[in-house]
Order: sequence, then structure tokens, then C-alpha cells
Amino acid sequence: MAFMGDTMNPAPLWHNGPTPGAFYNFPGNSSTYGPGSHPASDFKAHSASPITTTTTVIGLKFDKGVVIAADTLGSYGSLARFRDCPRVMKVNDLILLGNGGDYADFQYLKDIIEQKIIDEKCIGDGLQLKPRSLHCWLTRVLYNKRSKMDPLWSNYVVAGIQDGEPFLGAVDKLGTAYEDAAIATGLGAYMATPLLREAVDKGGLDEQGAKALVQKCLEVLYYRDARAFQRYQLGVVTADGVTVEDLAEITPRWELAHMIHMK
Amino acid sequence: MLNVSGNFPEYAVPGAKQVRFEPYADNGGSVVAIAGDDYAVIGADTRLSTGFSIYTREQKKLFKLSERTVLGATGCWCDTLTLTRLLQARMQMYEHDHNKSMSTPAVAQMLSTMLYYKRFFPYYVSNVLAGLDADGKGCVYSYDPIGHCERSNYRAGGSAGAQLQPLLDNQIGLKNMQNVTEVPLPREKALALLKDVFISAAERDIYTGDCIYILIITANGIQEEKFELRKD
Repeated sequence: MAFMGDTMNPAPLWHNGPTPGAFYNFPGNSSTYGPGSHPASDFKAHSASPITTTTTVIGLKFDKGVVIAADTLGSYGSLARFRDCPRVMKVNDLILLGNGGDYADFQYLKDIIEQKIIDEKCIGDGLQLKPRSLHCWLTRVLYNKRSKMDPLWSNYVVAGIQDGEPFLGAVDKLGTAYEDAAIATGLGAYMATPLLREAVDKGGLDEQGAKALVQKCLEVLYYRDARAFQRYQLGVVTADGVTVEDLAEITPRWELAHMIHMK
Repeated sequence: MLNVSGNFPEYAVPGAKQVRFEPYADNGGSVVAIAGDDYAVIGADTRLSTGFSIYTREQKKLFKLSERTVLGATGCWCDTLTLTRLLQARMQMYEHDHNKSMSTPAVAQMLSTMLYYKRFFPYYVSNVLAGLDADGKGCVYSYDPIGHCERSNYRAGGSAGAQLQPLLDNQIGLKNMQNVTEVPLPREKALALLKDVFISAAERDIYTGDCIYILIITANGIQEEKFELRKD
């Protein structure tokens, strides 16, 4: 696992600093550029920007579990390039994982997570990875990558059942992690969270209500987010296990459009 | 690093804008700590935000490091998580090595060293450490991101730190006042002041709000308290 770094041998104390007896060249100072002043390592190529991207992923807790939903569009800049990019994944019977951001980075980490689960099953002790552990693990992986200035350009939403209680947490590409009852990433942070938080504050959400609300959020996003799509995937995790439903489609109601007047 | 638009502006293509990776984020939040003769109180708001959006309204930013030491940390949340996790590991290692928990001044020195270790890629965190020292007296230590450490009796840090510190200087340090005599600060007054100070921070700073999570450290242990702030 190259991305984990060498945890037993951390970087030396005087790392990135001036050579003893020399002046320190502050990073970003123009005098540090130019031919001759570049060690070969400066030319290392980094995937510092996303290529095929996906947009919002929504997570919402209800009384007995958590629901996650995301559309299936992979955008290539402003081009709606790939229309079948599922990004809600069942990890095991306790965890449901959603993703938004660079799709290649998701596929890379998805393979690693799937291998983790296989390795765990091979031990055969009946123990299962719990959502808070996966959430924490993702934090470390993403933080280590960002510290190498070679980030995995993704937001992850981890849903699951932690010791009988619903769990919902998010991690972004820097390793910023938090838990909440309602999470929406990307443009959904601006357009879906107000709807979600209103329902959470009111309380008494059940599975049906949560699903309906999440679908409503996807519809709102489809109307306004230019990178959103009508086909989506929805997953639910309860104490009974994880289900990722078949792809579904929003039925858009464009007849509303005449009410919006351009000035 | 070499990039076209920065170093060869005449070759830059207009319109094709590259997203540059920025390893730091400002997730806001404020901490205030006040030390008394036999106690220390520390409070931090519970809002975790980025730009104009709020990640969550209930993020605790106080970390109990021992029975008499609490760290309040705000700034870049991913760095806070990493730093505090490392600190907690170091606390446990010390306990196993010495069969006692680390004293607050020792934690304060260790934190300074740990921050300076990352001098050239710092943890972008504003730390305020509060606790009881070896004599049972309250103490507060504050830091800059690269490990400068200073002991004081009261300190405000984080996004509203610069707004709150003068208020504390006046109310606790009795600065810019005439004909006043310094008297020991009772715990109730420190607690009331801490709440007042956060109420005014929430009025002016968009990164401070929702709730304050307060820890009161005395010789009898650590007491918890929650106080609501405005949520807009």
C-alpha cells in the first residue's frame, strides 16, 4: 500500500528546510524558478486536478438506518460523457459507501476496499468492518495522499450501522471528516442540505420519508445542477442489511419552467 | 513547481482554467480558555464550516488529553484530526512508559515540539491548551501553527480570536482601566464571561456559532456544559 507512506520511518525533522549554511528559498518565490534550480523531483507529475467527475452525493439518517443516493453521470469537464457511472457501493452487511468527485480515483479506492473485505472474510472469524472504522481509514488514506500533494480528488459519504445505531459520516479530498444526520457534497451542499436539515430538525423521519426526501433533493439538483443527471442509484442500510436498489429515473416536470421569467 | 500561467504567462491559454490543489482548508471555529486559581475553563463553538457552507453544527473541537488537560483546536480540520490523534497516541505512550499521566506543562512543551517538527509543512491549526499545572493552579497555553508557545491566564483563538482577545484583555486582564484592583476571578464569573464573549463572536463572525461546548477542569475532574448560540 504505497499511499500509506512509511509510517515507521517518518520524514526527517529538517524536512523541506534550507540546507545547513544556505538560504531558505521560500516556495512560490519566483527566484526559485528557472533552469538549473530544479531537482528532478520537482518534475514529478501529479494528478492534481480531476478528469472525469461526478457531482453530488446525498446521505440522510432516518429512525432505523441511513439512505444514500447519487446520480450516474460522469462529466468530462462540461461534457456529459459517461451516463452509467454507479457510485453507491455496498461494502459489507453494515456499510454503504457513496462517492462524488473524480471517478477514476473512486474506482481505484473501491478496488482496495473490496480487497480489504475479501481479506477480512478469509480470516473467517465472523467479524465485520464497521462504518466508523472505514470512515476513519478513509480519513487517513485521503490525508496521506493530500500531504504528498497528490490527492484522491473525491468526497466520500460513509453510511452504516455502528453497534445497532445508524451512522453517517463524510470525508473530503483533504481528509476533513465529520459526522452528521444529513450530508450532501458538491453543489448539493448548497441546494440539498437546507431541505435535508429542515426535515431532520422536524424529526420523525422513517425509511419511506427519507427515501422520498432524498429523491426530491435529486430532482431539485437535476433542475439546477448542470452536472446532474436524471438516472440515479439509491441505497439503504438498516439493521437488516444493505440494499442498493436498481437504477431509477427522475420524472422531470418541465411544465413548471414557464413560471420562471427571464429578466 | 513549474506551471505555464505563473512562469510563462505569454503561453497561457485564456479560458482553460486549471484547478490548483490547495492542501489547506479554513474550517473556522473559535476557542476561548480562562484559568483561575484552582480551575480552568475552555470552550469552543461547534460549527464546522468551509466558505459559505456549514459542514455540521455539532462538531466538538475540545480534546480531553488527560484528567487535567484539555486541548481546543480550530483551523484546518484535517490537520486538527491528525494532530490530536498523534497527541492522544503520545499521551498513551507516556502513560505506559511512566505509569502516570503527563502534566499539563509537559503536554504544552510536547505540543510545541510536535508542531515545530512540521515547520516546513505546518499543521494549520490554532491551538489553545487548558488545564491544571503540577501545583493544581489553572493554566492556559496558546500556540501559533509552527509551535511558538506562551503561557497565560486567558486566551482566545481561532477565527474570532482577534475579536475576542481585546475583550478578554479588558474584562479579565483589566487593561485600559483606571482605579481597579485585581481580585481572583471566581469560576462562575469566568464561565459567564466565556458565554458572553461567544455570543458577541457569533454576532460578527460567520465561522462561529450554533453551540458552545465547554469543559471545566478542576481537581475533582472535568465537567461538561453546552450552551446554545445563534444558528444563522
